[in-house]
Amino acid sequence: MKPWLRDVVTSIIAVIVFAILLGLVYPLAITGLSQVAFPGDANGQEVYVNGRLVGSKIIGQNFGTPVLEKNGKVEEVKGAVVTEPDPRYFQSRPSATEGGPYNAAASTFSNRGPNSLKTKEADEENIKAYLELNKNPATKAEYDPGLSVGKIPVDAVNTSGSNLDPEISSANAWIQAYRIAAVRHLTLAAVDALIAKYTSGRGLGFSGEEGVNVLELNLALDRGGHTGRSPGSGANS
Amino acid sequence: MTFAGWFTIVAFVVVLSALAFPLGTYMARVYTGERVFLSPIFAGPERFLLRIIRVDAGRQQDWKAYAKSLIVFSLAGWLFLYLVLRTQDAFYVPHALNPLGFHSAPANVTFNTVSSFMTNTNWQYYGGETTMSYLSQMIGLTVQNWLSAGVGIVVAVALVRGIVGRAPRQDGVAGKGIGNFWQDMVRTILYVLAPLSVVIAIVLASQGVIANFSNYLHVHTITGLTQTIAMGPVAGQEAIKMLGTNGGGFFNTNSAHPFENPTQFTNFFEMLAVLIIPAALIFMYGRMTGNRRQGYAIYATVMFMFLGAVIVAYIAEAHGSPAQHAAGLHTGVISGSGGGNLEGKEQRFGIAGSALFDVITTVTSCGAVNSAIESFTGIGGAVPFANLSASEVIFGGVGTGLYSILLYVLLAVFLGGLMVGRTPEWLGKKLEAKEIKLAGLGILITPLAALFCTALAVATKAGRASISEAASSAKLGVHTPQGFSESFYAYLSQANNNGSAFAGYTGLIQPNAGNLGSHGITFADVLGGFDMVFARYAPILFALAVAGALVGKRVTPAGLGTMRTDNGTFVVLLIGVIILVGALTFFPALLLGPIVQGLTGHLY
Repeated sequence: MKPWLRDVVTSIIAVIVFAILLGLVYPLAITGLSQVAFPGDANGQEVYVNGRLVGSKIIGQNFGTPVLEKNGKVEEVKGAVVTEPDPRYFQSRPSATEGGPYNAAASTFSNRGPNSLKTKEADEENIKAYLELNKNPATKAEYDPGLSVGKIPVDAVNTSGSNLDPEISSANAWIQAYRIAAVRHLTLAAVDALIAKYTSGRGLGFSGEEGVNVLELNLALDRGGHTGRSPGSGANS
Repeated sequence: MTFAGWFTIVAFVVVLSALAFPLGTYMARVYTGERVFLSPIFAGPERFLLRIIRVDAGRQQDWKAYAKSLIVFSLAGWLFLYLVLRTQDAFYVPHALNPLGFHSAPANVTFNTVSSFMTNTNWQYYGGETTMSYLSQMIGLTVQNWLSAGVGIVVAVALVRGIVGRAPRQDGVAGKGIGNFWQDMVRTILYVLAPLSVVIAIVLASQGVIANFSNYLHVHTITGLTQTIAMGPVAGQEAIKMLGTNGGGFFNTNSAHPFENPTQFTNFFEMLAVLIIPAALIFMYGRMTGNRRQGYAIYATVMFMFLGAVIVAYIAEAHGSPAQHAAGLHTGVISGSGGGNLEGKEQRFGIAGSALFDVITTVTSCGAVNSAIESFTGIGGAVPFANLSASEVIFGGVGTGLYSILLYVLLAVFLGGLMVGRTPEWLGKKLEAKEIKLAGLGILITPLAALFCTALAVATKAGRASISEAASSAKLGVHTPQGFSESFYAYLSQANNNGSAFAGYTGLIQPNAGNLGSHGITFADVLGGFDMVFARYAPILFALAVAGALVGKRVTPAGLGTMRTDNGTFVVLLIGVIILVGALTFFPALLLGPIVQGLTGHLY
């Protein structure tokens, strides 16, 4: 066989062999092993409440309620349901995925440049919304008496990388705790205790930042005082 | 900035060095044919694989034969991947492997994607969860994640063999052999990539990286909304994506996505996975030359530049962005929040975890991102630019990094020789005009491709169509530094086979998930595709040619006047050469984009 022809034959066989080994055997083996060894993690850490799938523990959610039009229909803009934050729940970070916030079928970066006017405007809008949300609608006073623009933690108004961030900072949670305590008639200490319970520590003690898992925290609020975990949530954490 | 942040950086360097050193020794033994502890397991499969691909094990190839095998193999891989991706909707596949019935992406985008994965670039104009079936991710993209990593490594190994000239004499190419491409590939996959990849995949899966063939989840949230969550067999691909410095995300937001990088720990672990082989290769080089100090000198050089980049990026990002400050935000550290420029960054990674990850994946050719580079501050964003401008010599991609910096070493030895007025010698071999020319071309080809494509893209209407900032910035249109940065980064990243993106630059318009009605931007897709292929294979050919030119040379013992290449003086010289070449080629372009943004608090 001529040398170049030998290379061609070898290449074709090699590509097919490697495709089978590395493209089928390897991923199937890893997936199979994960399904057996870490079923909860491998399937996305689904969280069920009363048999209903309410989310993935590690994918952020929009804790808003649909805005109803005058005729009682759900308001939509470009196919995305318009929502307003539900004051009874801790709110996740702002999310700019297409088709509404926290669209986990199509993660996107927000593409907000550091020197862009658009970024500043988006920040200002989020600041306004955050202050509004944490203000008692009746008395017009902030739930957290110390809250002002300069006190807002950056995670509360900046979008995340994936736009699916499941966590907020402790500082953000502590501010929202005032609102939650007032709206749900809980003591601030009780809410802060829940926050501490659902705060993830740094990796190995130093890597990354602490964060509060918003979904777990909200589910704990709904269980009202019971801080035990719901069945099926975070089985492997 | 926090203590934990600085500690993360220090801990990373320590752990990396501690792991890379033994791996380097191990790899040196693998490639010199010595027995290693995995030999009992893999010697049989190695012989078997070589037999079925009809390769005569141990037959030495000269550099031309080695290059020919490499090119033909790459071409076959290209065609196979193109076939897989273009037939995504035509072939019958079990439902579980294409649960949403995604169609194929348009031909122009596929051209770009295939070139991208074949060249270890993993530039992605598409979002994985809205474009690729599970089958395409596995048998298409995952396979090239392995093979492109393997190709990079074997070129580095071949170049080192050429430098040390220990090729056995046989088969009529006596003294010219630089190894056997096929045997090197099989060994790389079996002995190096496979064991590490399996371990990494299992660790990641245990921490929450998903691995399933489920349909996308349909969630009814507690506030009465619905959410669809993309799933897939991620863990296996994630491991080789990091380990092979590929960087192509299973999901659109890559390692920022919680299913790819779920915890603070996995972030640290993934960063190690990216740098372990590039770092180990440097130690391997030292051991193969018979003088470990040769490796330490290069390690010191790249570590110095790496740390410089990390420190600048961390400080800049911790400071916050002009947009944040203009909006009235306080970006300092407060109780319960790390502060900083958290736009485009995940809470769990924080500023240090994002800045470090960003530097690691842009000094290597990895290009994975765990935060939006587009949203980095001007100076923080200039760091990935600077890293790319160094053309992958600071650790670099698997293999690519080593052969790139060895070309720089050759150049530095030449310049040093000129300074002291002696014939330059490297490890006892005299360097002559031929090697210097080849190395010079190998070094300059990447910047040339990057700058040529950028110029073409910003000067033409077809090129500017890809800039997202242009469409939205009504006042100034395309003339913002951000728009220039996006274009420049796109072609710089593709030329360096990096694949990270200033996300604003697009080559695929996709109105719906699943590719129905989507169309590519031919200009950006095709120019980018050629940019990647040219800037990958031309330097490979030059590196192999250098190996071929050096391998047969007589080794003379070092004398008193020989310039040493394993001491501090040489490290300083090498750093100087790298910075000089990078600055001379890229400084004007960098000025127009990121540096302007870094120097101003002005918004536009």
